[in-house]
Amino acid sequence: MNQQVQATLANEPGLKGLEAFNNFAHHNPYLKDQGQKFSRKVIASLQEAIRLSGLTNGMTVSFHHAFREGDKTINHVVQVLADMGFRDLTLASSSLLNCNAPLIEHIKNGVISRIYTSGMRGKLAEAISNGLMAHPVHIHSHGGRVKLIQSGELKLDVAFLGVSACDEFGNANGVSGKSRCGSLGYAKVDAHFAGKVILLTEELVEFPNTPASISQDQVDYIVKVDQVGDPSKISVGAARVTSNPRELLIARYAADVIEHSGYFQNGFSLQTGSGASSTAATRFLEQRMRRQNIKASFALGGITGGIVDLFRKGLIGTLVDTQSFDADAAESLRESPNHIEISTNEYANPGSKAAYCDRVDVVILSALEIDLDFNVNVITGSDGVMRGASGGHCDVAAAANLSIIVAPLIRSRIPTVVKHVTTVVTPGECVGVLVTDHGIAVNPGRPEVAERLKAAGLPVMSIQELYERCVAITGEPAPIEFLDKVVGVVRYRDGSVIDIVRQVKP
Amino acid sequence: MKLRRSMLFLPGANAAMLSTAFVFKPDSIMFDLEDAVSLREKDAARLLVFHALQNPVYRDIETVVRINPLNTPFGLADLEAVVRAGVDIVRLPKTDSAADVHQLEAEVERIERACGRALGSTKLMAAIESASGVVNALSIATSSKRMIGIALAGFDYVMDMQTERGDGTELFYARCAVLHAARVAGIDAFDVVYSDVNDEEGFLKEVELIKKLGFNGKSLINPRQIELLHNAYAPTEEDVDYARRVVAAAEKAERDGLGVIALNGKMIDAPIVNHAKRVLQKAQASGVRK
Repeated sequence: MNQQVQATLANEPGLKGLEAFNNFAHHNPYLKDQGQKFSRKVIASLQEAIRLSGLTNGMTVSFHHAFREGDKTINHVVQVLADMGFRDLTLASSSLLNCNAPLIEHIKNGVISRIYTSGMRGKLAEAISNGLMAHPVHIHSHGGRVKLIQSGELKLDVAFLGVSACDEFGNANGVSGKSRCGSLGYAKVDAHFAGKVILLTEELVEFPNTPASISQDQVDYIVKVDQVGDPSKISVGAARVTSNPRELLIARYAADVIEHSGYFQNGFSLQTGSGASSTAATRFLEQRMRRQNIKASFALGGITGGIVDLFRKGLIGTLVDTQSFDADAAESLRESPNHIEISTNEYANPGSKAAYCDRVDVVILSALEIDLDFNVNVITGSDGVMRGASGGHCDVAAAANLSIIVAPLIRSRIPTVVKHVTTVVTPGECVGVLVTDHGIAVNPGRPEVAERLKAAGLPVMSIQELYERCVAITGEPAPIEFLDKVVGVVRYRDGSVIDIVRQVKP
Repeated sequence: MKLRRSMLFLPGANAAMLSTAFVFKPDSIMFDLEDAVSLREKDAARLLVFHALQNPVYRDIETVVRINPLNTPFGLADLEAVVRAGVDIVRLPKTDSAADVHQLEAEVERIERACGRALGSTKLMAAIESASGVVNALSIATSSKRMIGIALAGFDYVMDMQTERGDGTELFYARCAVLHAARVAGIDAFDVVYSDVNDEEGFLKEVELIKKLGFNGKSLINPRQIELLHNAYAPTEEDVDYARRVVAAAEKAERDGLGVIALNGKMIDAPIVNHAKRVLQKAQASGVRK
């Protein structure tokens, strides 16, 4: 039969070039070997997996940051890459944190030459702000990262994705195993788009591991490692619970603003950021929801224990989770059918076929600085050093019906309301209300909101008045001095450049 | 009728707190130069408070300063500074008798003359912290036209009584004595601080008690307690509704030249009208109870 087919294929002009059947395992030899058939993706060492992936110098490696300060994957993999002699790599991590300080050495040694990230903190951020890298870091939003990948600018060659558990085919999630980070919203994007996907897993569990956040047909290789992350450190830093009276006052004002914004109706939707006041606002929201018998249809975002609490009390219908900010959120994702996991593409990519953020009514976001035009900076500190993260800030601010920024008016002696922000991350046109401990300012573009808040007796004042209050208490800070070298490029969610960050003068 | 439900204590030497405390909007802010300031910081605290009192951010809030007792090396210097800086009220600690107030009043008057401040514009309040203070509460409360209130300070008082803080039984007589003295004098009465700031339930229980007794308010040591206290003191929606009707009926009676006020066929007298006005004032200040 085979010779007949071969002959026909050779002679029939319309069939030339087609391959004749050989045997069932000709292209899939593992089918003839029971061991190979099931375990061919499980590789003994990370080095071997990297060799198999075809990674070469100059390529892009990607990571997710769901473990936040507890991440054990990024530093480990980059160290292995350095030991293997790789150079000139682009590091595309969904974000970088204090724990990533060891990367400084790998930048100095030429292993990493370019970085795409949503943010950075600590020593790494300080070194980069002081001119460590030859090429500027690209700071993107969570949604904007996916957009950059889609556009082809950011081509993920090999993704290294740390997961708590997967089966030998690569079905993985963040809710089984020991070190559970919850949602794999960032990793899902990399698993979808990367040329090769290497899973680093703490545990190999029985097949099939469901639900599969990352599916077997996306995974090339699996390497078992001792630890991918410490989930107890997810809620350290930006995502913490507060008893500070000033943060609580701001949180209460924020809940008041939501209550009287005009959007506080049965079935409304919300998102709260990871800042202390933002997280605390959910506590104050509960009383208001109960009093008025209002339930939210869904809460989006970084999901915190506070939001989970409202959900468990029946005050929120569905939790839509792209990142779990603490153990409560991860546990709820594991056990609740109405707590769903989404990728950052579904969360906030402006190029997505539909992003959840477009359906958010009110969002609470934080700020390092906000200026008289309501532009917000969440990246550079008062010393010009990058020490924050773009996150979903500009994504949800652009999409939500009302964006509420919460921040203390003064941090120690540093004013939050300034004439011009050091770095624009979110344009003022997307910001509705600023809530500080000294009062509430409404963007002049939202007169109807201002009227509602004033009618409710809230302390509404102009942003100019808040600025003057700052200056009266702290004085006018001396301008930050920068050198000419560009160290950071702030990419808006659509891929355009909204601002640049220059090297700070030492 | 000035509302004085919450009087927030601030350590005078804490510059950071001084620069932000007004945002919590207590009815009165009390800068402390006495027990909350260590000996070596007395001068620094006095200077900080002197400047804070003159800052525009404290223009819209009633300011109180607890000075050191006049028989200490700091008392008079404190008084000189705060009267000149325009403090609304001077709080005298450890007041045992009317004589203590008279001594303070004489010094205040001297300083007012010296710095050109309107005579009598510096108001006074006394903290009662001992058995003799409680026994003399009435004469203390009526000792001066400048007096706006008396406050019970629990810690020193229970020491003096050879007991300790408990469920409130230990303060029962003192609370009633101070409250009666204040009402006879027509001034305000303030209850003790509740020091366990993380025990909201215990705090609210104590607030419920002192509100029922009739105290105007309470001294507070943490801003987190302000909202809880104001809410507990806020009238209910029904209270506000009734008060509105009482005040409307009173206004109508006045317009019609009637001496007798009637609402739904019942006669209403002046104390009920005054009470209704206070209810509306509280509702205006912090809304209805939530």
